Amino acid sequence: MADPRSRPAAPASSSAPAAGAADPATAAGWVDAPPRMGFFTDTSVCIGCKACEVACKEWNGVPTSGLDLLGMSYDNTGALTANSWRHVAFVEQPRPAGHATGSFAGNPTGDPAGAASAARSAGTTNPTGTEPGVLPGQPPVAARMTEFLGMPAAGPPGRTGSAEERSDFRWLMMSDVCKHCTRAGCLDVCPTGALFRTEFGTVVVQEDTCNGCGYCVSACPYGVIDRRADDGRVWKCTLCYDRIGAGLTPACAQACPTESIQYGPLDELRERAAARVATLRERGEPQAQLYGHDPHDGVGGDGAFFLLLDEPEVYGLPPDPQVTTRDLPAMWRRAGLAALAMTAAAVGAFLGGRR
Amino acid sequence: MANADVIVIQGSNMAEAHPVGFQWVMEAKRRGAKVFHVDPRFTRTSAVADAYLPIRAGTDIALLGAVVNHILSNELDFREYVLAYTNAATIVSDDFVDAEDADGIFSGFDPATASYVQDSWQYAGHERDSGSGHTGEERETAAGLRHESHGAPVARQVRRDETLQHPRCVYQILKRHFARYTPEMVERVCGVPREKFLELARAWTENSGRERTGCLIYSVGWTQHTVGVQYIRTGAIIQLLLGNVGRPGGGVMALRGHASIQGSTDIPTLFNLLPGYLPMPHHARHPDFDAWVDSIRHPSQKGFWGGARAYAASLLKAYWGDAATPENDFCYGRLPRLTGDHGTYQQVLNMIDGKVKGYFLLGQNPAVGSAHGRAQRLGMANLDWLVVRDLFMIESATFWQRGPEVATGEIVPEQCATEVFFLPAASHVEKEGTFTQTQRLLQWREKAVDPPGDARSELWFFYHLGRRIREKLAGSTLPRDRALLDLTWNYPTHGRHAEPDAEAVLREINGYDTTSGRPLSAFTEARDDGTTAIGCWIYTGVYADGVNQAARRRPGHEQDWVAAEWGWAWPANRRLLYNRASADPQGHPWSERKRYVWWDADAGRWTGRDVPDFEVTKPPSYRPPEGATGPAALAGDDPFIMQSDGKGWLYAPSGVLDGPLPTHYEPAESPVRNPLYGQQANPTRKMYSHPVNSTNPSPPQQHDQVFPYVFTVSRLTEHHTAGGMSRTVAPLAELQPEMFVEVSPELAALAGLTHLGWAHLISARAAIEARVLVTDRLVPLSVDGRVIHQLWLPYHFGFEGLVTGDSANDLLGITLDPNVLIQESKIGTCDVRPGRRPTGTALRELVQDYRSRAGIVPGVLPPAVTPGVPVDPPRSTGDGEGNP
Repeated sequence: MADPRSRPAAPASSSAPAAGAADPATAAGWVDAPPRMGFFTDTSVCIGCKACEVACKEWNGVPTSGLDLLGMSYDNTGALTANSWRHVAFVEQPRPAGHATGSFAGNPTGDPAGAASAARSAGTTNPTGTEPGVLPGQPPVAARMTEFLGMPAAGPPGRTGSAEERSDFRWLMMSDVCKHCTRAGCLDVCPTGALFRTEFGTVVVQEDTCNGCGYCVSACPYGVIDRRADDGRVWKCTLCYDRIGAGLTPACAQACPTESIQYGPLDELRERAAARVATLRERGEPQAQLYGHDPHDGVGGDGAFFLLLDEPEVYGLPPDPQVTTRDLPAMWRRAGLAALAMTAAAVGAFLGGRR
Repeated sequence: MANADVIVIQGSNMAEAHPVGFQWVMEAKRRGAKVFHVDPRFTRTSAVADAYLPIRAGTDIALLGAVVNHILSNELDFREYVLAYTNAATIVSDDFVDAEDADGIFSGFDPATASYVQDSWQYAGHERDSGSGHTGEERETAAGLRHESHGAPVARQVRRDETLQHPRCVYQILKRHFARYTPEMVERVCGVPREKFLELARAWTENSGRERTGCLIYSVGWTQHTVGVQYIRTGAIIQLLLGNVGRPGGGVMALRGHASIQGSTDIPTLFNLLPGYLPMPHHARHPDFDAWVDSIRHPSQKGFWGGARAYAASLLKAYWGDAATPENDFCYGRLPRLTGDHGTYQQVLNMIDGKVKGYFLLGQNPAVGSAHGRAQRLGMANLDWLVVRDLFMIESATFWQRGPEVATGEIVPEQCATEVFFLPAASHVEKEGTFTQTQRLLQWREKAVDPPGDARSELWFFYHLGRRIREKLAGSTLPRDRALLDLTWNYPTHGRHAEPDAEAVLREINGYDTTSGRPLSAFTEARDDGTTAIGCWIYTGVYADGVNQAARRRPGHEQDWVAAEWGWAWPANRRLLYNRASADPQGHPWSERKRYVWWDADAGRWTGRDVPDFEVTKPPSYRPPEGATGPAALAGDDPFIMQSDGKGWLYAPSGVLDGPLPTHYEPAESPVRNPLYGQQANPTRKMYSHPVNSTNPSPPQQHDQVFPYVFTVSRLTEHHTAGGMSRTVAPLAELQPEMFVEVSPELAALAGLTHLGWAHLISARAAIEARVLVTDRLVPLSVDGRVIHQLWLPYHFGFEGLVTGDSANDLLGITLDPNVLIQESKIGTCDVRPGRRPTGTALRELVQDYRSRAGIVPGVLPPAVTPGVPVDPPRSTGDGEGNP
């Protein structure tokens, strides 16, 4: 275990190592940091039980996120927010699931659920206060989901299928969480040092230091970190810093009944994930893919990465996330150049004026 | 389960209702098993299955029967296993007439009582000397339940045809019975396209045999039907034909409703059973101890129920201690007696009629969780007193004040005479004890924290209630009070609240030697001379050597995969029942891959990975001598040791009240005419003629189109049963915050329902409202040329808690399975309309309008036998004891 007292003072903006660099904890100044720890969430075995959401709230004392029926399949959480640090997305897709015979093959089916069928039925219904076919958008998290990066609009996830008759069907489930990026934009922009890199390579908010400025909220490429409406501070997954420091498994992974959420040293998890994706492809899941595992991606790889069964956008994930502070050095360089040029011009003008 | 090569899940949404156990399905899948899910709607279980088959609710026997037909007509059965271990070769009486030949009714039907006289179902030559005779009375007491742990009686010597060619052998009868259950019929009845059916049938048969095994999983999606027991029998027939019983990765897995429901049948909270499946005595049939015991052990018969006298005597000894002696029949006279149907639904109707004065509710919320919620609430509103012990203020405690009947004016709080005592209960982490789960595994749990405030454990409540009653009765000389005053009631207590010691109770359940106090280690030590006291004989061994074996928690990585040192399984810590069948008749494993228990000829004993479910030194070659009874009458290749012939029953000559073979009947409420038989529904189903109860008409009755849609109710993973433990807890309540109904886009268009709009559903009992979830997960089915729409509702909602909504169970009527008196609550018919339901008296008017349009007259039952179906009265009605 690294001794936090040996941690040298390091300005927050220097904590993001270059892509592919060594362990982020070491880069943040930790001496003898333990192996980087993370999550591998294998969505192919997720059964959508939401035990992770409940365990997280119980352990971390996270308040309720509202009693709203969102109508987004079985997702009534909506998104990762200050009050939901795990979020299970449910995607209903009228598309082949790799079954020998489609789930609904041979049944008398029409159009998939969606704007078209809802609109068709709207003509015959009594007024019920709900516009047909449109995501209700009243509960804030639902509204937020539609605005979300990469999120196809105008319908719940996966509901925007073609108008062809549905014959096969699949229901994807995925437990989303803070990605604990190698290059964490939130951490880069935090002016108070409330966000810090732990010895395990994770990114944690210190609630007593956060001043609620909200810079990190716009800096997160995944839309994870969020301010709590009542106290203004930001809250997100800590990867159960208090548990893992004591050698325990984070609450969500501990509660997961199917080992969809796996916790461990990131190197080990990456190996396991590569083997799993190979197995799934062999078994006829050509779309099985890893997300956030690559140290060379726009955030230097995620500490919490995923095995997905479809493109990231389907789950509401950005396909090519970039650390929002990526261009800061160049911008500062340009700004510096511009400042120099202006200074030079001013000096020149001043000097010239003397002539 | 993890060892299965194919897993068929039907009548169960295992991933949602049993997510922890489901890890073993996922493990099997990881190892390459194919998982099939058959269900009326696409659920979270379907989402991870390899194939999903949408089925019309209530038609599972048609589909399973077609699997039987597929096996038999293609000779895909595991012949060696079938011949040696099942009753396939046994010859059945000439008197037997199959339902196939009589439009859906078997021989022996007595129209006067709508029940069977089973004489003609018996094995040839045993028409008079075995079986139950007339079964009308058995239905009243759900006598079939006692067969949960053993088969029904059959006389010892049976005629067999080892070639399976005799036209009246079970194999041939089975073949004829299911001959019309074809893939085409599956398509017509179930709405499952034949190609999909064949995919299932092929996978099941190809993954069974010597080298491979398949596992069948069901839960209350099968049991809660008027033919529920026969659903399970059909599954068991398939598993026996394929050799999938008693072997690793095989079996028929009954997933229980929630934690320790298995425990509450082993040590029952049922009206008709005593601990260890000993039947509750009947006032007329069992006048004395010997009559009672002989009705269990059936003198002169094979099998381990031969020891019933010792189990029964030891139970009474545990109840009444020193007062119970062989001379006074162990105080048998003090046991309560059955006089008829005392089941939960009969009780509720009796409450409405003013025949019941008081009611204890523990861990149950019938105002939400039981069928026909209005009848439940009206019944509870007509008591003198009601005790509710729960964690939260549940609907069954507040119905008189806030229930739907208050809004309609049917219950007036100021006038409701029921005095309700609400007592806070300790939760499972606030008390110690055991859970018995699906695998019969007892697991001890420690108390983690003290219960808050006045909350107390059940053990505390009943111990101190008994103590106080006994104090009040002390000194009484009335004979009727002896039953209470002589009870063994001396459990040690500890702590501030005098909490009884749960381990002391477990020790009593395990049993002990009454002279030395030594805990017994096996039920074979039970004696009928008063020297042993056993609270539940099948649990003997859980406290062997004075050690709480249920508390063992040796980690899995420190032992083999059977993990015999994790908890304790009844009986005798055996993890897999009937595991003698995992070896061939000669005692060798069927294959290396499925090696489990086998005969070690050198050591002269059975050995293997598990505790052998067989007398350990009885060789495979053992043949019983003439006239042997009890265990000694079981041959060395009779693996089904609790059965009276040692065989797995493909055909049940007795023990099942509604037929020796499963037959497809439509549910009590169905929009479809039975395509297979003139007989529409189970002719022996239990119906209650009461003004509060009614059944929606089904064809060929008139007006069935008043309720054109099929609804089914079940659970969400986010909530727990009637919601008392989940709608009250914010992190759970917010995950499914409102009552909703799932409909297909097609039905939404047809009925004018919009996503997230309101709908209300109407049956002859109630009208309830719900938000609409339009989803592709429900699909209309093509059934016999018609399109059938099915709706789905969660049954978790009620009017108390953080999140509230109308209760789905209010829609249901009361019609029961004849064998175990379970209600048909997995299917009903209804109408659905957009918008919210009316309130106040207008709500009852709406329901009344539907009732009059459907021609429903209060208290008038639909006919048990469908008009036009010929009924031959039985040749012999017997005397109720199987005697001519």
